[in-house]
Parts: sequence; C-alpha cells; structure tokens
Amino acid sequence: MAQPQATGQQQTERTNGAQPVNGMQFGIDVKPGMIDVVPDEEARLIVRNVHAYYGEAHAVKDITFAMRSRKVTAIIGPSGCGKSTLLRCMNRMHEEQRAARVEGQIILDGENIYDRSVDPVLVRRRIGMVFQKPNPFPTMSIADNVLAGYKLNRVRAGKGDLAERCEVALRRAALWDEVKDQLNRPGTDLSGGQQQRLCIARSLAVDPEILLMDEPCSALDPLATARIEDLVKELSQEITVVIVTHNMQQAARVSDMTAFMLLGRMIEYGPTTDMFTTPRDERTEAYITGRFG
Amino acid sequence: MRNSTRAGFDRDLQALQDDLLMMGSMVQKAIFKALDGLKNRDLSISRQVIAEDDLIDRKRFMIEDRCIDLIATQQPLAKDLRAIITVLHISVELERMGDYAEGLAKISLRMGEQPPLKPLIDIPRMAEKATEMLRRALDSLVRQDVALARDVCASDDEVDELYTQVYHELLLYMAQDPKTIERATFLLWAAHDIERIADRATNVAERVIYLVTGKLSELNAGRY
Repeated sequence: MAQPQATGQQQTERTNGAQPVNGMQFGIDVKPGMIDVVPDEEARLIVRNVHAYYGEAHAVKDITFAMRSRKVTAIIGPSGCGKSTLLRCMNRMHEEQRAARVEGQIILDGENIYDRSVDPVLVRRRIGMVFQKPNPFPTMSIADNVLAGYKLNRVRAGKGDLAERCEVALRRAALWDEVKDQLNRPGTDLSGGQQQRLCIARSLAVDPEILLMDEPCSALDPLATARIEDLVKELSQEITVVIVTHNMQQAARVSDMTAFMLLGRMIEYGPTTDMFTTPRDERTEAYITGRFG
Repeated sequence: MRNSTRAGFDRDLQALQDDLLMMGSMVQKAIFKALDGLKNRDLSISRQVIAEDDLIDRKRFMIEDRCIDLIATQQPLAKDLRAIITVLHISVELERMGDYAEGLAKISLRMGEQPPLKPLIDIPRMAEKATEMLRRALDSLVRQDVALARDVCASDDEVDELYTQVYHELLLYMAQDPKTIERATFLLWAAHDIERIADRATNVAERVIYLVTGKLSELNAGRY
C-alpha cells in the first residue's frame, strides 16, 4: 500500500486539495494489488469501483486501477470482456449510448469526471479518443478535419493560430510531411493508416492530457500499424495513453503497463514485461498463450 | 482442445521437450561409456564416445533450430516463452556435458596403455552422482517440480566434496613421487570434467526453476 503521507502531499499539489486517491483513505473496498501497482504520485487517471451497464447487462464489474502518467497502458482480453466499454467510460462516451449507465468514480486530477458539476464535453477535450476504424469527417478537408474538434470546443483563435495548431497536430501525429502540400484535399482521400493518423491529429489538436485508443490498428496493414505504434510510444513522452488491443504482440511492444480483463472484471494488472513473461493469474496465462479467447 | 493451432503448438512444445530428453539420455550414455573406457582401459569405447559426440552436437543444433522456428512462428508468451527459452538453455548445458564426456574419453586415449595411477573409486562415485543429478534434473523438468530441482542443486556439494578429496589425494601422490605427476594429472583432469558435469546439471535444475516460477537464480554460486 502506498504511503499515506506521500499520497496526501502529491494530491495537494495535483488537485488543489481535492480528495486523496488512496483506496484506504476512501474507506471503500479496493481490490488489493490492483491500485497499488501504480504509486499514487505516478497515477494520472484513476478508475475506482467502476461498473458499466447496457440496460440490464452488466458489462464492466467493479474495476479499480490507476493509469501511470506519461506511460502507455494496454487493456487486453477476449471479445466481449468489457475492455472497450471500460475505455469509453474513461471519457464519458459510454453514457451516450441508449440505456447505458456508469457507476463508480473515474478520477482525473483529483476530480471525479462523473460529478454532476463536470461538463462531459470538457472531459472529452481533456481525454481524447481514437477509434478502431479511422473516421475522418467525409465532407471536410484534411486541415478542417484536424481542427474540427478544436473549433467545436469554441476556442477563439485567429487564422494564423489555426494554421499553426493544424501543423503542430499533424506533426505530432507524424503525418505533416505526407500531407503538408494537400491540406485542402478531403481527409477521406488518404490511405487507411494516414486516416488513422489524421484522427489522432484531430484528437491532439485540442491538447488532451490523456489519449484513449480503441484498437487503433485493427483495420491497418503491418506497415501502417508499425507507424501508429511508433507514434503511440512517442506520444507517451508527453501524454498518458490507454490502448485497447486484441493484438497481444502489440500490447507487448507498445505498452508499459498491461491490464487483463475477463467477463467484465479486471483479472490482473501490472508491468507489461511481467504480464507477458510471468503472469500471476492462470487465467491471464491461459489467455495470452492462446488457450482460450 | 478448442483451438487446433494451439493444439498444434502444444504438440510442438511436447516434441521439443521429448527431443531434449532424448538428448539428455544420449549425454548420460556418453558419460557412462566414457567412464567405462577410462576405468577398464578400453580405448575402443573411448574412441566411440568421441565419434558419437557429433550426434549430440547435431541434436543440439536441431533443437536450437526448432526453438527459433517456434519463436518466429508462434510468438510465444508467458510459460510458452519460458518453456522454449528453458529448452534452448538446457540443450546448451547438455551439449557441454557431452563435451566433458568426450574430454574423459580423450584423457583415456592419452593415458594409452599405461595403467591408472590407482584403482578408480572416487572418480566413478563422482560420475555416478553427477549423472544421477542430471537424471533428476531432467525428471524435475518433466514433472515441473521445483523442490526436486532445488534438491539437485543441493547435491552438487557432494560432488564438490569428492572432487576436493580426489584433488588432495592426487596432490599427495605427486608430492611423494614426481614420476606419478603425468598419470595423476590425467586423473585430476577426469575428476575436474566430472565436477563440471555436476555443475552443468545444477544449471539445468536452475532452468527448471525458471520455467516454473519465472525467476532466474544461481543456486551453486560461490562454490568454486
């Protein structure tokens, strides 16, 4: 268990006196081992006793864990285990679906993003998301696609600022050199891999602190996948990345921490190298060695 | 088994282990024969051991090739990965043990027709213990038995003690009669080879502990 003193101090710095994140201090039943994997001072986004439902269906069951700051966290598990649902809970996308609801807390900078006072649009600006299939806006140019989220957030900016922001976002998404001479062409003219990087640029344009990626390479060929993986590693120098993936090798390659989910529960969470060489739970072992799933 | 690719991989892993055990038995046989040649001054057996070492070397390369193929094609993780790495390491250990058996055979040839300095008692005992350690180390692999693997490592002390005893005894011979130096040195080399075989058996057991627990450890460190 993390030291309470350190927890208090770190929290004060990070949250202006908001509630500490240590489970014991919340007085709630935190699964031992899951939250302690990440020291409090390194925790960027904390998922605490989260449940997610689709109507009566209980898709995510009592999950508690913390994502390390400026590291890549991979969430793996068989289809239907709730990993994408959990990811969507992290930026309040889950509740947008019919009859969907979330219980529990997700804490960013000491503030529960599910508090009534919190605007979900602002949450999504701070916690961006990239989806499985590249989804550039079909009627928009490359530049407009990059700036779409930024403009939607109604940030006032001059034309020069917009151009600069567009370039910076495209550079961060490692796409600038390929598209700098065709910014006015439709985003859908790009290849699949480029479109996915365009979507990443769109997310980055609003300066998120956390980037959620839901199987971002599943529709891409190995070369385009490698580019996205390089990008993920690079981005994690600046921001915290959470990636849901079916590809075990990808999780092993790009992530620092890995969480394994099964039937809506988090079975094991730990440093990626440990998870892929000596998992503690036999269900993790069985899954990553392909014995089920 | 639901997944036929997985079932195929399981069969490949089993076949790999079977090959390793086969190699282990070839090495055991080589050690026995080498000792037989040495003890009974049977140079034809010694020559046979030297010739047959090629088979052990080839077996090792075959196992290594198959490990590389499985890593490339199956991209193993967790226990599968540890199993392949374990086989790879143990095959190297076995190959070196085979070389020590070959070393014993070469010593026998160098001794030629001259009788041993003294009746061989402790050296065969050392060899018996070392081959028993190897047998138990491979048994611990099959059973994935960490306690047995640790026990093998502990047995290395007995071989070391016998080696020290043989060493001092042979030193005494050499000190008392310098004419025995050459013949004593042959026996010293033989004892040393067997002592190294026991050390390698310990390494095999350490790899079994890694396979089961994921922890790398040196269990016979600092005993040289």
